Amino acid sequence: MSESFKFYIDGVPVDAQPGMTILEAAQGAGIWIPRLCWHEELEPFGGCRVCTVKANGRPCSACTQPAEPDSVVENDTPQLREWRRALVELLFAEGNHFCMSCEKSGNCELQAVAYRLGIAAPRFEHHWKPREVDASHPDVLIDRNRCILCARCVRASRDLDGKTVFGFTGRGPDRRVAVSSTARLADTDLDVTDAAMDVCPVGALVRKREGFSVPIGSRRFDNAPIGSDIEASGASEPARQEE
Amino acid sequence: MTSQNESRVRDICREHGSDPVRLLDIARAVQSEFRGISQQSIDTIADEVRVPRVTVEACVSFYSFLSVEQKGDITIRLCDDVPDRLAGYATVRDAFVEALGIPLGGTTPDGRFTLERTACIGLSDQAPAALVNEVPITDLSSDRAREIVASLRQHGDPRRLVRKLGDGNNAHSRIQSMVHNNLQYPGEILFSPYNRGEAIRKAVAMSPAEVIRAVKTARLRGRGGAGFPTGMKWEFAREVEADRKFVICNADEGEPGTFKDRVLLTERPERVFAGMTIAAYALGASEGVLYLRAEYAYLLPFLEQRLQRRRDEGLLGESIAGKQGFDFDIRIQMGAGAYVCGEETALINSLEGNRGDPRDRPPFPASKGFQASPTVVNNVETLCCVTRILEAGPATFCEFGTPQSAGTKLLSVSGDCRLPGIYEVPFGIALREVLELAGGEMAAAVQVGGPSGKLVGPADFDRRICFDDLATGGAIVVFGPERDLLSIVSAYTEFFIEEGCGHCTPCRAGMPAMLDLLERVRDGRGEPVDLDRLRELGDTIRRTSRCGLGQTAPNPILSSLEGLASEYESRTGDAPAGLTRRFDLDAALVAAQAVPGRAPSHL
Repeated sequence: MSESFKFYIDGVPVDAQPGMTILEAAQGAGIWIPRLCWHEELEPFGGCRVCTVKANGRPCSACTQPAEPDSVVENDTPQLREWRRALVELLFAEGNHFCMSCEKSGNCELQAVAYRLGIAAPRFEHHWKPREVDASHPDVLIDRNRCILCARCVRASRDLDGKTVFGFTGRGPDRRVAVSSTARLADTDLDVTDAAMDVCPVGALVRKREGFSVPIGSRRFDNAPIGSDIEASGASEPARQEE
Repeated sequence: MTSQNESRVRDICREHGSDPVRLLDIARAVQSEFRGISQQSIDTIADEVRVPRVTVEACVSFYSFLSVEQKGDITIRLCDDVPDRLAGYATVRDAFVEALGIPLGGTTPDGRFTLERTACIGLSDQAPAALVNEVPITDLSSDRAREIVASLRQHGDPRRLVRKLGDGNNAHSRIQSMVHNNLQYPGEILFSPYNRGEAIRKAVAMSPAEVIRAVKTARLRGRGGAGFPTGMKWEFAREVEADRKFVICNADEGEPGTFKDRVLLTERPERVFAGMTIAAYALGASEGVLYLRAEYAYLLPFLEQRLQRRRDEGLLGESIAGKQGFDFDIRIQMGAGAYVCGEETALINSLEGNRGDPRDRPPFPASKGFQASPTVVNNVETLCCVTRILEAGPATFCEFGTPQSAGTKLLSVSGDCRLPGIYEVPFGIALREVLELAGGEMAAAVQVGGPSGKLVGPADFDRRICFDDLATGGAIVVFGPERDLLSIVSAYTEFFIEEGCGHCTPCRAGMPAMLDLLERVRDGRGEPVDLDRLRELGDTIRRTSRCGLGQTAPNPILSSLEGLASEYESRTGDAPAGLTRRFDLDAALVAAQAVPGRAPSHL
């Protein structure tokens, strides 16, 4: 077993094992770093950049940057909060997000992070780009209007399901999630029980016929802000860090 | 696609060993034979190479020289980079559109011609320029455009459009191009005379550690723009234990306004290949790849011939220069049109047959690069410097330049100047001196280092070209006083939007927001607060983007806001109380006028 070490997040000493990323180590210490594309069962992607921190003064994504002994990491500072707010607002401006009519509302990580960062309305012009909906699959719907290109479905289908149903095509603002068939999701081997179905942070990849089975008001982020579970686990179980 | 085509696509795959790492080559070959990679061909390739279908589509859709739609037998790609626009791109484009009877992006009904626009093709000093299939055509005019269409309709052979050959090796039997080197100011390092094999013989007489020490003593820093110390990069890769190591030459010169690597590859390929061989010796690599941008495909037969000659002379292959155990060879990988592949980790992804999305760092290529092996990626010019350092010694190299920036720098000068072309100048030269050499003294602004560098005004002309002041990968684009600088800035911003990979939020979603704000200001609808917004958002993009492209994409706007602020301030103003300048009534009425079919007008 390699030697564990300490580093500092906003002045708080945090234990880490070699090879851990800043985000993972922070998580273990009950520090929530805002993030969207990161998912604990998946390889880090470094795409949304919402987890940007400063490590020894240099900006980097906490989900990909290895923690280093004695390094000084800034997380909750006015500048970083401002950058993160801008990034989340850009995601809202880029896609077509109508929270009030979206079945993911209350369970949506994009919406929850936006609330937690104090975003009321985006300051950027909406792009209003037409995005495709694919309802061909009997059990699954893709609504790309809500997609934030986080690659969770891409990674989960490839690495957890061993299927590679999804991939990215195009580049720049034209990048989109494509399916591994000539056109339709129905022609892929996606199954509604795939791990890829459980990872979408927004309402882009959803199961049909269960949209409002959990009523508004009882949903994941309706009563406690996103990240509060991580913060609570760190506060109540300090012993876990000592392992 | 007929079944015959399907079997041909399978054959193409098999010619490349049905190897997923060769996916880009397979795609290029199918594109070239069938003028497109149809949905059915994508199925066939996926089946034959045994990769998920979406992996093939992801690759095909990434590169601008690949397409799912079928293109014409002849594709005319007009370069619409800023120097081409200054030199009359619009009238040339209109002449082609008229002569071919198709819009930009269109294909003639008979399937013979496709007309497209493309980003910088490395011919800014002989603009407007175009590629007709792989053949570069320079100094275009509207008359010439009409002649070209007429001759192509007659004989259909782009090579026959070359009437007068260019200078130097451009006239070589393996190149036969009308491109000119425009070598205005050859210097003492890169363009000095050389003896083939001299540097390698000197290198193998030393130990690998001594070679690295020589490169360090010469204080050589990467010429691609970032300026990382070359010796240190080599040392990192040398220290990693691995069965395979790779040396890659980055010849994906794509920074708009840069064409110096084209001239080095034409006139000094020996120094490039020697530099790669010396690097291989220093770090213990046995395989080398030169990644050549698709726009320079016309140089491929010549470069292949030079590689073969080196093998014949024992300068590549086994026991190089008689050194037992020193085996190394070089292959050339063609790109397929993607600026971001100049970023070294994107280049490595592309080499592996993938989309050219950059990778996360760490791990750095020196420890885990091509096929997870230690890999050194060096620029064409850097490798030429290596060869010269071994030939003449570090001391001679350091006679030029400044303490922090040793040696010379090759500049590609274009735009509003009398003598556009290539200048090899010592580091530390003032920008003003470069402008005087090139006949651009009247400049109102200069783009130093291409759009990822800095757009500077006369107040900065006494600054020096070096890593600690005005750093440049080599582009110097000169703008006269009559130019509309904000239109230039917006063209460069569009370039970054188009060339970004789309992986990360700030670059993908932030740059279009920057362009929105910029256009608002350019068109006189901006308020002073919009300039603050540009600065803030630009700073966010610069600091949070994942790779060098995103980190520099706001530079045209941010650097001109800094050095040429009056361009912005003169077009912005406060709105009367309760009103906004931002609102564009004409734009807002477009949809409402379209419904009843009214002419666009308002009271």
